[in-house]
Parts: sequence; structure tokens; C-alpha cells
Amino acid sequence: MRPPGSRRRARGKAGGVETVLRGIRFRDDKDFSGCSIFGMMNAAGRRFDGAPMLTAIANMKERSNGLGGGFAAYGIYPEYADLYCFHVMYGDEAGKRETEDFLAANFSVEQAEVIPTSACDGVSDAPLLWRYFAQPREANVSACEMEDPDDFMVQAVMRINADIDGAFTFSSGKNMGVFKGVGFPEDIGRFFRLDEYEGYIWVAHGRFPTNTQAWWGGAHPFNILDWSVVHNGEISSYGINQRHLEMYGYKCTLYTDTEVIAYAVDLLVRRHGLSVADMAGVLAAPLWEDIDRMPPRERELHTALRQTYGSLLLNGPFSVIVSNLSQMIGLTDRIRLRPLVAGRNGDWMYLSSEEAPMHLVDASLTETWIPSGGEPIIFQLREPAASREGVEAWGGAAV
Amino acid sequence: MKSYIIPEFLVERDDHHCIRCEVCVRQCAFDVHRYDEEEDEVFAHEDKCVGCLRCVTLCPTNALVVRDNPTRVPANANWTREVLHNIYKQAETGGVLLTGMGCDKEYRNYWDRITLDASQVTNPSIDPLREPMELRTYLGSKPDAVEIGGGRGRHELETRLAPQLRLETPIMFSALSYGAISYNTCECLARAAAEVGTCYNTGEGGLHRDLYRYGGHTICQVASGRFGVHADYLEAAAALEIKIGQGAKPGIGGHLPGEKVSEEISRTRMIPKGTDALSPAPHHDIYSIEDLAQLIYALKEATGWQKPVSVKIAAVHNSAAIASGMVRAGADIIALDGIRGGTGAAPTMIRDNVGIPIELALAAVDARLREEGIRNRASVVVAGGIRSSADVVKAVALGADAVYIGTAALVALGCHVCQKCYTGKCNWGIATQDPYLTKRLNPEVGTRRLVNLLTAWSHEIMEILGGMGINAIESLRGNRLRLRGVGLTREELDMLGIKHAGA
Repeated sequence: MRPPGSRRRARGKAGGVETVLRGIRFRDDKDFSGCSIFGMMNAAGRRFDGAPMLTAIANMKERSNGLGGGFAAYGIYPEYADLYCFHVMYGDEAGKRETEDFLAANFSVEQAEVIPTSACDGVSDAPLLWRYFAQPREANVSACEMEDPDDFMVQAVMRINADIDGAFTFSSGKNMGVFKGVGFPEDIGRFFRLDEYEGYIWVAHGRFPTNTQAWWGGAHPFNILDWSVVHNGEISSYGINQRHLEMYGYKCTLYTDTEVIAYAVDLLVRRHGLSVADMAGVLAAPLWEDIDRMPPRERELHTALRQTYGSLLLNGPFSVIVSNLSQMIGLTDRIRLRPLVAGRNGDWMYLSSEEAPMHLVDASLTETWIPSGGEPIIFQLREPAASREGVEAWGGAAV
Repeated sequence: MKSYIIPEFLVERDDHHCIRCEVCVRQCAFDVHRYDEEEDEVFAHEDKCVGCLRCVTLCPTNALVVRDNPTRVPANANWTREVLHNIYKQAETGGVLLTGMGCDKEYRNYWDRITLDASQVTNPSIDPLREPMELRTYLGSKPDAVEIGGGRGRHELETRLAPQLRLETPIMFSALSYGAISYNTCECLARAAAEVGTCYNTGEGGLHRDLYRYGGHTICQVASGRFGVHADYLEAAAALEIKIGQGAKPGIGGHLPGEKVSEEISRTRMIPKGTDALSPAPHHDIYSIEDLAQLIYALKEATGWQKPVSVKIAAVHNSAAIASGMVRAGADIIALDGIRGGTGAAPTMIRDNVGIPIELALAAVDARLREEGIRNRASVVVAGGIRSSADVVKAVALGADAVYIGTAALVALGCHVCQKCYTGKCNWGIATQDPYLTKRLNPEVGTRRLVNLLTAWSHEIMEILGGMGINAIESLRGNRLRLRGVGLTREELDMLGIKHAGA
């Protein structure tokens, strides 16, 4: 599906834009990288600024190499809570013009503005960064025979990212935003002035890619709608995960593992209606020998999940934080080849690659633990976020 | 008529080693060896030798060497010995050239042009001796999504999955019919499949009553001759397979000569003793795709929708489109048999010239089903020239759910691929009904050899998976990024959906 009113431009004309924005000059099978991840949430929905996130992620500097850092923050746009917010990076004015034409044709755009930044050592060659608060036009949604505006949004994001040269949407949820780029994460945070935003869930990522061609779109978090993913690891099953998702209309254009996780989560939870716990049972499925020992109903359920979604099993080392407007979920691969630590202090919840940064930002934190391989840690808002309907239905076993 | 055919093999006997024990004389059903009492010497009729090496293998003093006859026909790239011999045979008999086993021509073997990936630095490889490594595979139609009932503490599966065939390793024994092979061979296959936790396939010869006890590991075939197909037969099976075609002889039927139809085979196949068993080329109730759908549903209906139904075709030019139609017709499993697939008997010209390599058919079918968004609605099983665990791994990475092995299983039982199965004189007791020969294959020993083979291959698959940093076979299935081609053309790489090594 291509939303009506869109124009297709001949691909590959602007070499410069290609390398800056579509970026991947080295056509490896995918991106390989090691990383630091950190997540912090207030279960009561109390909003806090991004300063502790910068402190925490900077404390794991050894895990990144200055070629990518980023943040996702939830609850930061309460004044536009009902509108989708596009964060878009542009390599040139042409890409911006074409994207804005496309948006104008398909959305009613309430607000368009530059994302505020300030010059910062360690951050250079930034693309043009814009954000748009918008609602899909009903006529356009129904013209595509879609009932759910979320589906329309996903298609619109795919369309911009795959078809418009020099434009890349890196955030597309409501009342949330992703901020990312090339640099150490703490520098990227200062560049985006994150101490001026207040959110109740924050996640951060520092990246250590193996190739030297870093590009802004390739940094984490990856986002689709209000799902964001930060990820440490390498998905050895990437080839089949990608091919399976392609069957359901997801175009994996970025060649990153993380993108695959974001789309898998969207497919399983939003489109197929699985709980977050069951989603974890797909992405980091229990071993057959464990399934065989489960009580009958549970065994039947997990057998069916593995039979049906075997192609979405994430194999290889990973730890990941998946977040949405109401939840922050930590998950590692089945045999825990990458680190993840969880912490809780009253309403304050933490997930991190290492334990130290949690204590650094919360001196009174005492309860920390290391989850088992494949065991999801689901931190949930006490009251589901208002702008996400039916969120209760997703409730997995909240910790 | 004097035959112009030069012996293919020379039989050389070291007289110092030979102890005149006459093992070779007794072992050769082709009557190559003859002991002359007066001369106290063993002679060989080399023109009868098929090169099965039974005598060489059993000679207690290693006195025998069988080697290619070095006598050449005049050098010629086109008029080779084989070509001349074929023409002599036909000039002498006026018949269709027959052969056994799979195509022995040098069509490019793509397995040998594909290499596998392994983990280095950015992700750790996994040691299968210390970490879990899962090969369990379920064959059958999978839904797009599962529905789980939620709310009020309920957490139950609401989607009822189609019946699934559970395999503990993604390797099954291919269709080998009772009649083409001996009862003992069938028993070895059945017992080994049961012991390993996989399945074997009856082929089109029905299922001997004594083997019903292994039904949970049996795929019962329904072919154009409908031999031995009845309610109990269907009921006994774990899954059913409609055989449309076979890689060794696409487009043609089968012929089991009456001499092979013994009492037991007559009862199993439900045909009179001593009559030829002729399988028609097509199913005469399947002249188009909707007819196939009817047979699929008839079989499902007959077995209470409890068993997956497979449809097996030979890999031919339009396999992808045909497979798509088969899935839409309700097949739960698509079995593809490539040009190197074996047979008990086939016309040589058909075996060697019809069909396509399984690697290309598999790549095309898997890609097409994905493009159409129906890959999950059927499992794909491939057959035809799988020789090792590495071939299995490559097939799975190209997109197969599981493989069938036929020739490799028979080799494990002693077969030396002499290609004379159609003569009924198999010295290894495999492709024969002669009681003197069939008793050579001890079911205990044969079962052990097959179990060992599958165990060894499974261990090797685990090692390869671990090296890739993968601990479940489903993460390899269709994961073509872990494959690279070596020395293939752009077009071949595109068809296989893989990159060239170095890229």
C-alpha cells in the first residue's frame, strides 16, 4: 500500500544524501554492534527531566565508541497527547519538501517545528531535524481500507523511509519522542537539550558499531508508533526474522537487528493482540525441554506459540529494553549471553546493562536483581497512560 | 546375439590371498564368481559384475579388487563408453534403458557451491555440549497468528492449530516402497525412525501389518496406483502423503514386475500374487489443481482431520507456482524431490534428463510462498541428493523445514549405489525380494546403523548451529544470510537468494 497523494521519486539520484541519511555505505548483511542500555521509569507517572539519564549512560562509556547514542522519552508532549508526533531527519531541503508535501496530503498537521538543539562538542554534521504533530486525515485512512489509524501511520512511516530520498522518520508515537544521533549518548543528550523535557519513562542507548560508517538514523532507539527498542547484541536469526516480517508488510530497510525487534513487537502485540509476556515467550521462547514439563494448558500454549512464531524467535546474544506509553520491558536471549540488571525503589524502576549507573542516579536504591535468560521484566505504570486505549488488555505479569 | 558391451569392471583376485572359501561365489547374485573344483581356482565372469562390491567387502582375506575396466572406446567427448553401451543394449534388446538410484550426471551440485557462516567476535558461538541446542521441528500448517483468551486470570489458547508432525531432528526417511525394497529394509527404517523420533515414508507399496506398531512414525503414501490404501492403512499413519511425482522420474508412473509380487507383497499391496503392479503416470482422479484439493480433503475427512497431508511433487520448471497452488489446495506439507532423487527403477533417459536440482526448486518455492504471504500455511520438505549433515543445514537455511533422505539411508544399510536396484538381485539384501538375499540385512543391525547415522548427523547439525551462534533450528530455517555462494553466477545467486562469498 502506498498512501494516495504520494509521489515516487527516482531512487539513488543523490549520492551525498544516500550516504548521510540512508547511510549504509557498507552493505553488510546487517549492522554489528555492542552497546550500553539504560531505562528509568516512575510507575506513578511522575515526570522527570533527562539529566539523570545522561549521568547514567555516561557511566557506561566503555560500552560505546562515539558512533551512536540516543534516547526515548514518554510523556514529554502532554499538550499534543492525542496527536502523532513525527520526528524526521532530513539530508537536504528537497527531502523535507517532499516529506512535507506527503504529510500535508495525508495528515492534518497541527504544528511543524524545528527540534531545538544546541551546539555541543562531540556532535557534528547533524541533519535537519524537524518534528510534526499531526493526525491522519480520515478520508485517507478509509481510502486505504484501514480501520486503524495506527496501521495507516505504520505505512506512512515505511513510505517516507523507503521511498523519499533524504528523509528519515525516527519517531512516530503519541506523547513521546526519540532523540538520537552520531556521538556519545551524553553528548547527544546535551545536543537535544534533554534536561528541558520531562517524561515518566526514559530509555537510553550508547552504541559501539563495528563499522566506521555511522549515520544518524542508525542510532538507537528504534521506534514505530509508541514502541521503542534499545538493544545490545546481535541477532543471529536476523535473516529469517526479517523474511518473516516481510510477509506482514514490514520493510526492514535499515539492516539493523533492532529494527527487526521493533517490528516484531508491533506485529505480535499491536496486530496479533498477544500480551507482553506472551510476546516475550515468542522472542525468547522457553526451551522445548521446559515446555514439555509445563502443566497441560501452558504447554499447549507455548507449543503453539513456538510452532506459529518460530521464525520470530530471536537467536543470538541480546539484551533489550522495549518501551511504550505504559510499560518498560527488559528481556535477554534465552541463554543470557548479554547482561541486564533490574532495580526497584518504590515507584522508581530501572533496567540497565550494568548495576553501577542505577546506584549513581538513585543513592537509596537497594533492590536489584539479575533476571534469568529469556525471563521478561515488565515494569508497568500503575495507571495506564490515557492516550493508549485498551492498554490494560496487554498486561503481562507485571513485576 | 553376441553382445558388444565391454565389461565395466575387472575383477582381480590375488591367488596368494585367496583361500577358496567361496564367500564371493555365494554372495554374488549376479553369478560373477565360479569355483572350479578340478582346478581348485575361483574364476570371474566380469561381464556380469555390477560393481556393488559385496564380494570385496566380505572377502575374509582381502583377496579381491574390483576396478573400472581401463579399456577405452576411442576417445570422443560425445560418443563415450556409456553412450555406446546404451546404444548396444538397445540394439540388442529393443527396450527402454532402465536404471536405479538417482541421476548420476554432473549437473551442478549447489550444495557444494554454498558455504556456511560462523560467529566471530561480535557474537559468541555456542558450545552444544554445554548449552541446549534444539532441533525439534513440527511439520504442518501454521496459522498467521494465535489467539489467546485473556481477562480475569484466563490465559488460554483459543486458536486450534492444524495437526502437526513432531520430529526430534529435521531428517526423515524418504518414500521407499515395500516391493522395491525388502521387508527387512522397511523394518529397519520404521524402527530407526521410531527410535530417533522422526518419520519414515512407506512409499506407494502399502504398509505391512507387522509394521503398524510404528505407525506414529510413519508417513503413509497414497499414489496413483492406490496400492494398499484402505481405512486401516490411513488410520495407522502419523501423516499422509499424496505422491504426484518423484524426482527420479517426473511425469511417469511405476512398474513393479510380477516376479517381485510375493505372497506378502500381494497382501500388502492388495493385488494378486505374481501380477505386475503398474502405477499410472497421473492420478486418474487428479487432472487439475481442484481435483488435488478434493483428494486432500477426502483424506483429511477419512482420518477425522487428525493428520497432516503432504503432497509430493518432482522438482520441475514451474515448481514455485505449482507449490503455491498446492498450499491453496490445502496441503499441509509440500514435499519436493529433485533431479538427483533416487528410485528402484526408472527409464535412464527420464532419470537423467527430466527435472531440476532440488536447491533451485527449494529456493524458488520458499521465496514464492513468502511473496504470497502463505509460507506459514505449509511446511516444505526437500528430497533428492541430501548426502550429509552439511547438506541438511544448507537446505534448512535455504528454507526447508526438514529433509527426506533415501539414498543416504540405504548406503547406511550397505548400498554401494551400483544402480542395479531394478534387477531385483541386490546383493546387499535391500532392493530385492529373494529370501536368500533379504536375510542378509539383519533388522537389528540395520536399525542400529540408521540410528547411528541420524544421531551423527544431528550432532553435526548442532555443532554447525552452535558455531553460528544459534540454538534452535527454527532460527536457521530460511535464514539465507548465513549462506554464501562460491563460484556461482549472478543469476544463480539471485535464484538461490544468497550473496557471493566475500560480500
